[in-house]
Amino acid sequence: MADKSTNFFMDFPTLPKELIRAFKKSTDAAYKAFSREYGDYIESFFNPLLKFLVFWEKLLVATPWSVIIGVVCIFAFYGTRSYKIVIGIIVSFFFVGYMGMWEDMMESMGFIIVATIMSIAIGIPMGIWMSKSNRAQAVITPILDFMQTLPPFVYLIPVVMLLGIGKIPGLISVIVYAIPPMIRLTNLGIREVDREILEAADSFGATPRQKLTQVQFPLALPTIFAGVNQTIMMALAMVIIASMIGVKGLGQEVLRAITNQYFTLGMLNGLAIVILAIVFDRISQAYGKRIQKHRSGDAI
Amino acid sequence: MPGSNKIEIKKLYKIFGPKPLPLVEKVNNGIGKDELLEKHKHVLGLNNINLGIPEQSLQVIMGLSGSGKSTLIRHINRLIEPTAGEMIVDGQDVLTLSQNDLLEFRKNKTAMVFQKFALLPHKTVLQNVSFGLYIKRVEPAEAEKKAMHWIERVGLLGFEHRYPQQLSGGMQQRVGLARALANDPDILLMDEAFSALDPLIRKDMQDILLEIQSELKKTVVFITHDLDEALKLGDSIAILKDGSMDQEGNAVDILLSPKTEYVRKFVEDVNRSRVLKAKNIMQNASDIAKDLLNGQTFKVKADDVIEKFIDRVVVDKPNVIEVMGENGSALGYLSSERLSEILRK
Ligand SMILES: Nc1ncnc2c1ncn2[C@@H]1O[C@H](COP(=O)(O)OP(=O)(O)OP(=O)(O)O)[C@@H](O)[C@H]1O
Ligand SMILES: [Mg+2]
Repeated sequence: MADKSTNFFMDFPTLPKELIRAFKKSTDAAYKAFSREYGDYIESFFNPLLKFLVFWEKLLVATPWSVIIGVVCIFAFYGTRSYKIVIGIIVSFFFVGYMGMWEDMMESMGFIIVATIMSIAIGIPMGIWMSKSNRAQAVITPILDFMQTLPPFVYLIPVVMLLGIGKIPGLISVIVYAIPPMIRLTNLGIREVDREILEAADSFGATPRQKLTQVQFPLALPTIFAGVNQTIMMALAMVIIASMIGVKGLGQEVLRAITNQYFTLGMLNGLAIVILAIVFDRISQAYGKRIQKHRSGDAI
Repeated sequence: MPGSNKIEIKKLYKIFGPKPLPLVEKVNNGIGKDELLEKHKHVLGLNNINLGIPEQSLQVIMGLSGSGKSTLIRHINRLIEPTAGEMIVDGQDVLTLSQNDLLEFRKNKTAMVFQKFALLPHKTVLQNVSFGLYIKRVEPAEAEKKAMHWIERVGLLGFEHRYPQQLSGGMQQRVGLARALANDPDILLMDEAFSALDPLIRKDMQDILLEIQSELKKTVVFITHDLDEALKLGDSIAILKDGSMDQEGNAVDILLSPKTEYVRKFVEDVNRSRVLKAKNIMQNASDIAKDLLNGQTFKVKADDVIEKFIDRVVVDKPNVIEVMGENGSALGYLSSERLSEILRK
């Protein structure tokens, strides 16, 4: 008796091994059956997304590098009004191209652009919905917490099982990974709007829609932009991991470097990713700041 | 409609909390604000408020912090739903309006000015002032014309393309006032509209309001906790305490015959000679002994405050003062006893 109880507290009580194996097997089998059954249907559902992604990748790869650098610089200058940043972009992009990584960078860039556009398109309406309904907030918040703490490798698995290896499963996993800040910060931004200002809008007889478009959304924009910035950064991080399931671009080169122990190749591609991250970060932050200019006292 | 009021508040109760309705009766039976909070965990906002506000008059609502002023004014445009009672505006109970009719009511009948201005920080002065018109879907060109008129009227011409944060507090509240007036509401609701301003600017704003009011004759509900402001602006003053109405009446009633200790405390520091006008305290000819009336020559204007003629009274020592109207005719009289009694009390 005494022996047994010590054993109970010393060794963790587990289900019998056979049972656990059976559980895993049956769940996997059910999931596999589901994906066999509906996989094609789901794939065709995502076909437009694939076309959208391929369009962007082709566009960026086919466009002459000089035009791309020019466009990025115009964006950067309009946002930051800083020659330093523009020169930094020209030099670093030149470096990437000179080291033969231009095409890979363009693929990654197209991927991130599409992932960001999709995250915004899905995240903002969800954030708005969440801000309007406390119940939606109560349901969505733990899901977002779960999504953000789950190691990214883990949710590659169901996506791959369902859709196989390729661009679309890669894109979906990137979006799933990158969308939480978009939703969270849209919700937060709208909920943070000063109660008295909303009351003023109410006192003039504004409809809920007028309040959203005239007051809540514009006032939440700086916070929403912080969400866009975070989403881009997270998409960049995930693009590397998603290369494991067939996403091309800089990440794939890094993966090749790891498996073959090519130190320099890994460093160079890593550097290119850093450059891309800094450029995206600076530009999106600059636009976020421009939006809030009215908040400072200076003349515009 | 002579005799009828623009706004008629009847038996209005507001109890904050999850289950207020059963508590109305308890409040009616005399449970106070503290006990209600202690025993039932509900906050007494308003307790049986009855108030009639005549068309074109300026009604002041006073009271200490937490007495329910903001709660009361927000019932007029139903930003707050009451627990029980009626809020009748132009013969129509606002509380029975459908959601759509309520929006129409707010667009057309009322406009509000807020203590902390509540301007839209991402819109320019012009866009702020035309906000109500935008909500009403007034054509942009016309909205701009109207808005510019009011921007000029409150003295902000040249600032129309600035953002609120670039303006001083006084200027921001002018924007708030212009925004309300641009809507051309019948009823102007002002919740401590001038309380956040420093004294000189506050006086400016009071003068602007009085000037505009003498011309437009809106029905104004004005909240303040400053008695001097109340006496300067109000045709009538209502005093709230812990959600109940302690006293309601014109300045003279309140100053000279405070009904409760609370009201008395409110008025005790007021310099009466600076607030009371001759017309406020004058008597009828019949109240004054015949022999005194004959041959008196001391005359004052009806709108003069006591302070303005008290020096002459001290020198001349008249028995009776004649109060005259605009055209010089006698409106009433003021005996020296009455005057000294008022100043002594
Ligand atoms: N939403 C609410 N929930 C609970 N209690 C409230 C709510 N709004 C107001 N109260 C309470 O109702 C009472 C009246 O508040 P109100 O804001 O009307 O006071 P006030 O006279 O405007 O005060 P102040 O001069 O500070 O503006 C206070 O005791 C306040 O705490
Ligand atoms: Mg208040």
